[in-house]
Amino acid sequence: MAKIHVTTTINGEPVEFLCEPQQTMLDVLRDELRLTGSKEGCATGDCGACSVTVGDRLVCSCLMLGAEAEGQEIETIEGMADGDTLHPLQQKFLEEAALQCGICTPGVLIAAKALLAKNPDPSESEVRYWLAGNLCRCTGYDKIIRAVMDCAADMRGA
Amino acid sequence: MTVESKKYKWVGTSPVRPDGNDKVTGRAKFGADLMLPGMLTGKVLRSPHAHANIKSIDTSKAEALPGVKAVITSADVAELESEWVPAGELQLNFRDLAHNIMANGKALYDGHAVAAVAATSAAIADAALDLIKVDYEVLPHVIDVEEAMEADAPVLHADMFTDGVTPKPTKASNIFKEVDIAVGDVEAGFAKADLVVERSFKTAPVHQAYLEPHAAVASFSEDGQAELWCCTQGHFVVRAYCAKLLGMDIADLRVTASEIGGGFGGKTTVYLEPVALMLSRKAGKPVRAVMTRDEVFRASGPTSGAASWVKVGVTNDGTIVAGEAILKYQAGAFAGSPIQPGCMCAFAPYDIENVKVKGYDVVTNRSKVAAYRAPGAPISEHAVESVIDEIAKKLGMDPIELREKNAAREGTNAAYGPKFGVIGFADTLAAAKAHPHYSAPLGPNQGRGVASGFWFNIGGSSSATVNVNEDGTLALATGSPDIGGSRASMAIMAAETLGIEVTDVRPIVADTASLGYTFLTGGSRVTFATGMAVIEASKKIALELRERAAKTWDISVDAVIWEDGLAKPAGANAGDFEPLTLADLAAKANQTGGPISSAASLNAEGAGPGFGTHICDVEVDPETGAVKVLRYTAVQDCGQAIHKAYVEGQIQGGAAQGIGWALNEEYIYDEKGRLDNASFLDYRIPVASDLPMIDTVIVEVANPTHPYGVRGVGEVPIIPPMATVANAIDSAIGIRLTELPMSPPRVLAALDNGS
Repeated sequence: MAKIHVTTTINGEPVEFLCEPQQTMLDVLRDELRLTGSKEGCATGDCGACSVTVGDRLVCSCLMLGAEAEGQEIETIEGMADGDTLHPLQQKFLEEAALQCGICTPGVLIAAKALLAKNPDPSESEVRYWLAGNLCRCTGYDKIIRAVMDCAADMRGA
Repeated sequence: MTVESKKYKWVGTSPVRPDGNDKVTGRAKFGADLMLPGMLTGKVLRSPHAHANIKSIDTSKAEALPGVKAVITSADVAELESEWVPAGELQLNFRDLAHNIMANGKALYDGHAVAAVAATSAAIADAALDLIKVDYEVLPHVIDVEEAMEADAPVLHADMFTDGVTPKPTKASNIFKEVDIAVGDVEAGFAKADLVVERSFKTAPVHQAYLEPHAAVASFSEDGQAELWCCTQGHFVVRAYCAKLLGMDIADLRVTASEIGGGFGGKTTVYLEPVALMLSRKAGKPVRAVMTRDEVFRASGPTSGAASWVKVGVTNDGTIVAGEAILKYQAGAFAGSPIQPGCMCAFAPYDIENVKVKGYDVVTNRSKVAAYRAPGAPISEHAVESVIDEIAKKLGMDPIELREKNAAREGTNAAYGPKFGVIGFADTLAAAKAHPHYSAPLGPNQGRGVASGFWFNIGGSSSATVNVNEDGTLALATGSPDIGGSRASMAIMAAETLGIEVTDVRPIVADTASLGYTFLTGGSRVTFATGMAVIEASKKIALELRERAAKTWDISVDAVIWEDGLAKPAGANAGDFEPLTLADLAAKANQTGGPISSAASLNAEGAGPGFGTHICDVEVDPETGAVKVLRYTAVQDCGQAIHKAYVEGQIQGGAAQGIGWALNEEYIYDEKGRLDNASFLDYRIPVASDLPMIDTVIVEVANPTHPYGVRGVGEVPIIPPMATVANAIDSAIGIRLTELPMSPPRVLAALDNGS
């Protein structure tokens, strides 16, 4: 079957790519566009390591087809920092040791940013339930939850 | 809450990790992230049967498919002699390893590799797998450990005659070996007891469940040399195993450890790595192979499921007079469960005169077990710590006080052999008792539990190099894959030893061709053993810097000291010279003898045993049987925390894994022996909304054999949680649960039965 031509926007840049009809957005990002910051932990939408935002929606890119990116605005972990300046969440995760192996970190950061865009003052429970789709096997979540809440407080104060 | 240490500049602090930026920006390269020009996709065909003879494999149609560049089966894997080698806390047999990476004549579990292909695209590789015809003769299978031990059980290996039994059996069985540990006389001990409690326990097999699936990129050259990139806990070990499996000289294989997305022991062996190399050798092109999550669950090592029986006798004053256990551990398809450490750890936290432990290593039709965080110990200690709790309740004694009364201390003869040196078990108990959590009020349907844990920690071979750059900054290389922040710890120890800024040290994990042999990241050994190599290499740099300063000043090296990052004259008699910084000495290195560098390789001995004590509050929902962990506190003796925040992180992560083991996680098989829950949807590891904050208390009873007092941290915290949670559930509902996981249906059934 012929490949599909897709025109989209990724991290603010216009992007064109060709993909197979069955190819997932995650595979397009990783294999076609070489944006390997989004990770495959399960390919079934259970772990959140491939989280990206499409418009203002948080999605698992492994559950989205590449062809569905047509005309969308997609943000991946590679677009989170502003030039040399880390996003406050990225900075807070470093300062509070909210990552160990780091494989879940891109997805967690993307998900946390989406949370704070919707809810700048989340309770601990709200953070825990929002991030329940982002599995982490190293940290026990403690430092992740604290970093998100501390960052939210900083951003509210800023 | 930490015992603060004032004497160090960096040790015990929490600087931002030097590799952190790449991990929050997506730049860090993990196993599956490498692409090479012309790279092929490798995929593995796996057995759908739990136990089957492989009568034939026809790969001709797959080979004929355009785009397929190589197909391999066991015919491409050299037959190796049965030979056991040390592998972390476990042992590994090369013949079994060869048969595990590619089934030889027999498929021994659902997911066992039977063939592999390399093709120009993933879609073609998948199509090729579909074209491989395997003729199976399905055999009866056995998965449960006790069923596998029965006389009429299907036998996995016709040449398995139980070791450790005299006379040697004449009939093949699934029991690979028996282990016996005994001190004193348990019968006499039990005769003195006022109270004896005995219980049987079952624990489910659980997976390490690292988020990153196994991945390898192999590239073979025409001259027989090869490069391998993979996510592993030990790239030197991967090199050794792969060279053996492929019949290569070790010098011809260079292995680079990618960033590793979790391992917990599960990435201490090889699966895809030798297969990718064989495919690359046959295809003449680079090959990347990555497991799916389904493959990770079905084909890589979980830990043992087990059946245990424990009997403990005490006198009325709470003195434990005898302890006995029988432990049966699944090894999976090939021999080598963690039964030995399981037996050794069972009663290790306690000073008991009479101990007897018998263990069985049993093969069953499941993927071969791999190490999982303190392999073997969580299973046996869960059983013992549950019985200890029951005794405390029957005696009406505080469970921490009962443990304090019997705690192993310096000079205690451990039941498994050695006499303990300086240990901090009692300190963890005292800290737990004093913690506000321990006396906080509880509500209805709530209960509190306590349990402790012991793990040896290990040392072993490690290497490090330090290069002083031209501007006086340092390049620090070790051979230990960084699984949870160890580069930060290495930088701290180098900076502390040399009295310089931690940000002036840039630590990396070097490949196998770039520095001396380094054993894998496991056994909680890296901060201890590789840390000792880093400290040794840094001390050599300090000596070299003194020599360079001595040359600069034209005085004896004995007249120069290195202090606070400066070369200084040792005293007034040495002369009046302005101190020289590392940058000063680096700038003049060419005038004083050339580049300044050092290397250290050592076999670290004297690892310090680790102990932890955990407190947990749960609430049991009487309608559903669901158990909610309300509050959790983990106390651990770490010797000395190097990077405090990552020590806390290890404790929190280990506790969370233990809570998952206690409440949710298990392998579920269908009647044909196929794994029924090989996904993160159905194999449920704890998610953020399942857990509370996990409070940590770091106790620091320095290990006298390490320059900064390091013990090891990573493994102890997974040991106490299962019994801690079980003891808390018992406190809440008055029912002792003896089977893991304590999932809602099981708790509800216990509530309905009242037992």
